[in-house]
Amino acid sequence: MSAGAATVRAPAAVRGERSSALTQVGYLARRSVTRTLRQPIMFVPSLAFPLFLLAVNASGLSAATNLPGFPTDSYLSFALGLTFMQGALFATMGAGQSIAQDIQHGFFDRLQLTPLRSNALIAGQLAGATVQGVFQAVTYLIVALAFGAHLEAGPAGALVLFALSAVVGVAFGSIGLAIGLRTGNGEAVQGAFPLLFVLLFLSSGALPRDLIANDWFQTIATINPVSYVIEGFRSLFITGWDGEALALAFGVSVGILVLGMWAATAALRTRMERT
Amino acid sequence: MGRDNGIVVEGLVREFKKGPRAVDGIDLTVAPGEIYGFLGPNGAGKSTTVHMLTTLLPPTAGTARVAGHDIIDEGPSVRDQIGVALQEAALGQFLTAREHMRLQAGMHGLTKADALRRGDELIARVGLTEAADRKVGGYSGGMRRRLDLALALVHEPSILFLDEPTTGLDVQSRTALWDEVQRLASSNGVTVFLTTQYLEEADALADRVGIIDSGKIVAEGTPDSLKAEIGRPTVEAAPADESDRDRMRAVLNRFGSEEPAGPGGVAVRLDEGTGELAAVVRALDAEEIEVANLEIHAPTLDDVFLAKTGRRLEGAGEEADTGEHEVAA
Repeated sequence: MSAGAATVRAPAAVRGERSSALTQVGYLARRSVTRTLRQPIMFVPSLAFPLFLLAVNASGLSAATNLPGFPTDSYLSFALGLTFMQGALFATMGAGQSIAQDIQHGFFDRLQLTPLRSNALIAGQLAGATVQGVFQAVTYLIVALAFGAHLEAGPAGALVLFALSAVVGVAFGSIGLAIGLRTGNGEAVQGAFPLLFVLLFLSSGALPRDLIANDWFQTIATINPVSYVIEGFRSLFITGWDGEALALAFGVSVGILVLGMWAATAALRTRMERT
Repeated sequence: MGRDNGIVVEGLVREFKKGPRAVDGIDLTVAPGEIYGFLGPNGAGKSTTVHMLTTLLPPTAGTARVAGHDIIDEGPSVRDQIGVALQEAALGQFLTAREHMRLQAGMHGLTKADALRRGDELIARVGLTEAADRKVGGYSGGMRRRLDLALALVHEPSILFLDEPTTGLDVQSRTALWDEVQRLASSNGVTVFLTTQYLEEADALADRVGIIDSGKIVAEGTPDSLKAEIGRPTVEAAPADESDRDRMRAVLNRFGSEEPAGPGGVAVRLDEGTGELAAVVRALDAEEIEVANLEIHAPTLDDVFLAKTGRRLEGAGEEADTGEHEVAA
């Protein structure tokens, strides 16, 4: 092409059909996973910290199994519910911080300038969080089994365990996403994290609800939706197949997911000012 | 071709909730294939204008048509036609150039094969082939800007918006980017809307320049016409003997008003233009002042900015004051 020849090539020659939402989700999910895998700081703590707390609890609180009515004689198996729930909370922070960083560093604008579909942005980020959540769950399970935990529900139970991890990851991930989109600030997301973490400690994570001696604690743990998610995870380890516990865990998670998605979509609508 | 890849802006305003009017009623027209330089200091409203023209930010009032499409009612059509490199090259440290390209092409709906071909072609075009599989975290500022430019071109836009594309770059990287932008405009007929706070950049690159200050366009035209409007060149001289400086000042002041000068020198803006130069030399000779150095400076865009706003574009008023103080001392 000679200089000065004022020719503008028709974009259609290069541009394909407008990409589908699913294609966009694929690209964004892939980026989200790649970004996590290449930054160990984004996944090592969420892998290591829950396992560390599990080790501490399993050795320090094992005497709790002597309490009359304690459902198992392995505190390790009992405490695993908390571990899986913790992993999901880390996924929350991961999803929230990722989107906040994208906003702060201008990547969000770059995406807005493409034919990005807004639901694809949310789904793409959450797909990344889900992959991370399941990867964490697999790791927790392998480590726990290696240290003598017992999965009463068996191999099929492991699949349900991963499925629940994925749903819980997406549910809490959507809350993280909503905070990230609303604030557009990584530190704000980090600041919200302890608030969510409190939910863990005010739950039935350390003791079965009927063995919590303190009345107000027992009440809060009963209201706290996180308790039901933990009990769902736990049931697979110590009870086997407990339909009610699983239904509550999945139900509560889906409820949180609906709430989180509503908040994230609303936050994105405010954030995305493009015409 | 008959393709409309120009820009028409009418009465564009943007107010922010707790701030002043960042953009305060802008009118401008950019012809297809033209490189338009939007020149102004930090905070003048350049980026806000770009954000509105690229549909990222809705205007408070006024409107604009970009490539024939209304920026308010036809956002998606505008975005189809434009390539944008915003001020912060938004690149992930952890992804390679090729991965960035694949993502960008994928979001624009290119097929895998097209994305690969187009990506490699653009990476080669901006000279990043060898670094294509390295993570962007290890790139220099110039490499990032070049990749950002390449990404903006993935979908063959007919209008390119570049928001301060060379801020923070060394001279070499800056020149390389200028060449590429010029090539895009001349051989591909791409219209370029470029913001800058560098006078040389506007001067070297832009066919036409709009000078913006406090949200308003204070001057517009080709760099040459703008400078011609200010017209008068400056003559700067330095005496061989430092003690002759005051006498030299007295002579020069007969020919124009004093301007900031370099160390040891005296400068005046000539009242009558270049034609007076001979008279200046004769007058200095008549006073028997030995001249060590004599230079004539054509007016710059900075002079235009000074004339229109009463301030210097670079370093603002402070620097000019210091200069004058030195001269007076």
